[in-house]
Parts: sequence; structure tokens; C-alpha cells
Amino acid sequence: MADEVILEYLHMEIISQFYRSCEKSDQDQCIAKLESLGFRIGQSLVERFTKESPRFKDELDTMKFICKDFWNYVYKKQIDNLRTNHQGVYVLQDNKFRFLTQMSNGKQFMEAAPKFLALPCGMIRGALSNLGVNCVVTAEVSAMPACKFQIQIQRA
Amino acid sequence: MAVCVAVIAKENYPLFIKTIPTDNELKFYYTVHTSLDVVEEKISSVGKNTNELRELYLGLLYPTEDYKVYGYVTNTKVKFVIVVESINSSLRDNEIRSMFRKLHNAYVDMVCNPFYTPGENITSQKFENVVMSMMHD
Repeated sequence: MADEVILEYLHMEIISQFYRSCEKSDQDQCIAKLESLGFRIGQSLVERFTKESPRFKDELDTMKFICKDFWNYVYKKQIDNLRTNHQGVYVLQDNKFRFLTQMSNGKQFMEAAPKFLALPCGMIRGALSNLGVNCVVTAEVSAMPACKFQIQIQRA
Repeated sequence: MAVCVAVIAKENYPLFIKTIPTDNELKFYYTVHTSLDVVEEKISSVGKNTNELRELYLGLLYPTEDYKVYGYVTNTKVKFVIVVESINSSLRDNEIRSMFRKLHNAYVDMVCNPFYTPGENITSQKFENVVMSMMHD
């Protein structure tokens, strides 16, 4: 149990370190930095996680991998709901997102949510980009600790 | 065992090529380059015949008079190519498979090194040692 909490602590500490080290005015930059950090993490994690898995058939197969295996490896649970419009938009809903569970439920810490979701967004983007899917990932929180990730596929 | 081991990036440029010391090294570069077409053909047929070929190991790509070329593609579309001498016919499919698995493990460890930037040429000594061990025994 304890080993699972370490990731949460590390993540919180990364965020506060990033925010401590930059001026109030470039807080947007912190989000971007966290996102690119996540991108690199996702990239190398997916390399390891897909070592034993068979080749993916298509995009949906890849998404299912992210929802089931990838989520399970990182957050020890699966995505609760995956929806798609079959035109390149996927919505992943997690009703109890690990990195938000420590904050009080409801709307009190809403303005703090973006910085806690930048790294996970980057991780999804990095994982997918290494699997050959270029996309933009955004997160949306309506009530903590539930969270929705929207993946928009970029077709060249 | 192997005479040439190559790692090709997903955009089809070489990340790493190691050959046995020979005066005709360029020939192996051509061999590997040619094999990419066969790799492409094999992975693009995935999905059409469903259960087949979803394995990462692609098997024998093509034989030439002196060499046999084997291929392997990771889920991230990084290609591994191993060339062995045809005379070495005692080499079974399983042994090739385990060579690729070893190579894949070494590659994954290398990518997870924070000092490596994805897409750069591979300079890791540890990775090279693994490749060397495959070419010597």
C-alpha cells in the first residue's frame, strides 16, 4: 500500500517544486513544463508496457490499451468510462482520479486542478505519440475527484 | 552468431547499426535498408488476417545466398533487424526469437534512461555490450 502513495507524494512535490522555482507571472509556463515532463515519462513507460502485448489492430485498440493496461500500471485502476464519436475524439472518464483523491471533494480547490492534471495529460500524449497517434489531450474537472480526459486526434 | 544487428527508428532512419568487422560493411547497410520494405509489407497486412502476425517477431524476412535476415517490430514501430549467416543453419527460430527479446529488453532499458533523448542515435555502452554478446557467441 505504502509504495503506491509514494508516486502521489512525488507528483505533489514535483508540482510545488516547479511552482516555487518560477515567478508568479510565468505560471502558464509551469503547466507547459509539467506537460512536457509527462510527455517524456509517457514515451518511455509505453515502451516498457507494450513489450509483451500483441500488435495493436487500430486506433481504438490503442485507446483500450491506454484505458486498461496503461491506467492499471500507473494508477492501479482502470478508466471507468471510454467514449468516442468515431471521428477522432475520445473521452476517458475516471471517477476517482489518483492525483485528485487527496484534495477535498467538491469545488473548493478547483483552481488548483490544472497543475495536478498537466503531467497526467502529458503522459497520455507521450504514450500515444510513441504508439503513432498524434493528439492533443485536455483535462476537465467538474467535481473532484472525478476527471475527464479528452483526446483529440490530430490527423496530418 | 549474428553478423549484423540494426535498430531503425519509427521514421525509418537508423538509430544503431553494428556489424562484424569486415571490409564490406556497406553491404550490410544495404541489406538492412532493403529489408525495411519487407517489414513494412508485413506490418501493413496486420488487421486483414486477424489472428496472424500480431506478434512482434516477424520471422524470416528474406534469405539471400549467404545470409538470412530476421525482423522484429515493437509496438512503437521501432524496427530491429538481425542478419545471420546462412551456413549457421543450426540456428533455430526460437533462438532468434530469444535474441530479439534480449535486444528489445536492452532497448527498453536504454529508452528509460533519462539521459537519452528519444530519436537520437544510440550511444549507450550497455546496449552495445548486449549487441556485442549476440554477435560473438
